[in-house]
Amino acid sequence: MASTTPTETPPAPPAASRRAASTGRVGDKVFLGLSRGSGILLLAIMASIAVFLSYRAALAISKDEGNFLTTFDWNPAGDPPVFGIAVLLFGTVVSSIIAMAIAVPIAVGIALFISHYAPRRIAAPLAYVVDLLAAVPSIIYGIWGALFLVPYLGGLNLWLDEYLGWTYIFDKTEVGVARSLFTVGILLAIMILPIVTSVSREVFLQVPRMNEEAALALGATRWEVIRMSVLPFGRSGVISASMLGLGRALGETMAVATVLSPSFLISLHILDPGGGTFAQNIAAKFDEANQFGRDALIASGLVLFVLTLLVNGAARLIIARRKEYSGANA
Amino acid sequence: MKLQRKNGLRATALGALAVSGALVLTACGSDDNTGGSGSAGEKKAAASNIKCDDAKGQLMASGSSAQKNAMDLWVKNYMAACTGVEVNYKSSSSGEGIVAFNQGTVGFAGSDSALKPDEVEESKKVCKSGQGINLPMVGGPIAIGYNLPGVDSLVLDAPTVAKIFDTKIKKWNDPAIAKLNPGVKLPETTIQAFHRSEDSGTTQNLGKYLGKAAPNDWKYEAEKKWPAPGGQAAQGSSGVAAQVKQVPGAIGYFELSYAKSQNIPAVSIDTGASAPAEATSENASKAIAAAKIKGTGKDLALDLDYTTKAEGAYPLVLVTYEVVCDTGNKPESLDTVKSFLGYTASDEGQKILTDAGYAPIPTEINAKVRETINGLS
Repeated sequence: MASTTPTETPPAPPAASRRAASTGRVGDKVFLGLSRGSGILLLAIMASIAVFLSYRAALAISKDEGNFLTTFDWNPAGDPPVFGIAVLLFGTVVSSIIAMAIAVPIAVGIALFISHYAPRRIAAPLAYVVDLLAAVPSIIYGIWGALFLVPYLGGLNLWLDEYLGWTYIFDKTEVGVARSLFTVGILLAIMILPIVTSVSREVFLQVPRMNEEAALALGATRWEVIRMSVLPFGRSGVISASMLGLGRALGETMAVATVLSPSFLISLHILDPGGGTFAQNIAAKFDEANQFGRDALIASGLVLFVLTLLVNGAARLIIARRKEYSGANA
Repeated sequence: MKLQRKNGLRATALGALAVSGALVLTACGSDDNTGGSGSAGEKKAAASNIKCDDAKGQLMASGSSAQKNAMDLWVKNYMAACTGVEVNYKSSSSGEGIVAFNQGTVGFAGSDSALKPDEVEESKKVCKSGQGINLPMVGGPIAIGYNLPGVDSLVLDAPTVAKIFDTKIKKWNDPAIAKLNPGVKLPETTIQAFHRSEDSGTTQNLGKYLGKAAPNDWKYEAEKKWPAPGGQAAQGSSGVAAQVKQVPGAIGYFELSYAKSQNIPAVSIDTGASAPAEATSENASKAIAAAKIKGTGKDLALDLDYTTKAEGAYPLVLVTYEVVCDTGNKPESLDTVKSFLGYTASDEGQKILTDAGYAPIPTEINAKVRETINGLS
């Protein structure tokens, strides 16, 4: 909630000052009322979602016989009901971190290539192709992941296990196909690639021409230009692009549900099948759950809601601190 | 200006991709799991003697997807015979069906396990002066499919199945498996046991079977959630079947129709009878025939005999129920429920099941089902 308030307040002062100087025409008043009304409506909807989630979650958590934060099990239909979010929180965060670690460097690379290296004839089609990736529904990614990616990742898994097994996280302790958090991370990386790429590209294209030309005039090579003017200018844009991608990765449901082999265990061996995410767990359990089970799932959804708000809030803080570079002021 | 042109192009490209994508996808969208049953159903509709009685309007129903293929055929035939009646079975899941039933939004619910005591208690709010009862309507074998190149037929017994799914047996050439399959050359492949990742009535039925038939090797409660810690999971029966099909050394469980449609070989079960029982509709019916009614009053919930040693009886079966009120059904849908369920329980309705990969309910039990349906009020 805290993160949305700042965005809603800025439009108000200009509107107010304009009203003071306005000719008093009806249209202005109607528009003012409409925009203020929609702002308030949005806040009201957000608040009601939060209230609904909290209420239902409280019903479930009060009857939870396990510890909601540390229990490694999800069995609200059991006797006694026991469920906890530890595994889901771990799986959601780990798969998103893997996705970010893979997607952001690649996305920045593609964005730089499209905006500064590629000849125009190639740049435009390439940009479309990347954007089209965003139009593929997530269930299609899920099916592709389960039927194509998983078998083909077997070799990569063995390679990682053999050469990077000493890092512990790449140590594969269980045989079995690659239906792991690592595979999910790769799939999520592909899914968030278009959004990160396209926002980064827009930001890189907005670097003031003068900055680049000044650098070139000083004798900088193209890579030096990028390093000295493009990247510093685009940093906050890339951060917000990454956060948009992260938001998608945190909440992705169907693709994860199709690819992951979920189990209620926390393991840092990311190549082993197992783990789970909030959204995947909700999709998997919701159908067969009774009223109480659904409340328990809603409680886990509330945690995801808070997690997403925290991430967005953090992103806004970072961006606000470097406002002078923001693309909006260019 | 330039920007606009760019957007226009992008929209065109997107549109073109969407259209061609949709065409490609619809072209291969004829995923009929029942294999040729559609034509069988049509043939029967022509010579039907479905009694429509006072059926009218729209009947909403919801529940188990395990009986979806049978329900689709029944609804089609019924609506062809009784014009002006619309039956709408939303195949979601047993849990959802029962929740909808207890909220009073459906005429009947499909469920692959009988109502639990607290669900019966809740149903008394919806069924005025009555309660929810279970009518066994569709039986079917759960196949244990495997993927072992070079092994065309495989026999397992309940304790071995339990140990495999509990990851106690880890290799295909384990002595326990070899003993049941003399003469079969078993590879040294690692067993990869797949189960359902979401809560499922199929999982619960497998758990009930293993709990009864192999009590020493399967100590878990029969729940919809997969209870054992090991193994791997996939989403839905179709997901498990796809994994078994794809991964050498894999084994998994799903309804027989999935094994048939994907050509996945199914395990025959050694029950102690003279020959191992194959997973077929006929053999499942033989096992269901050994069931006893455990419900009281009008409730016909079945107690399946998982340890049956009858010749040819395939013991790993599931029975799906239709859940209705014994008295106090909603007056606007009562006649339609009676007429529709009367058809599904009729000889004609039950005969369709075999064509669709299911098993009919044995005659004695079925007679009681018909009697109960006639007495619904």
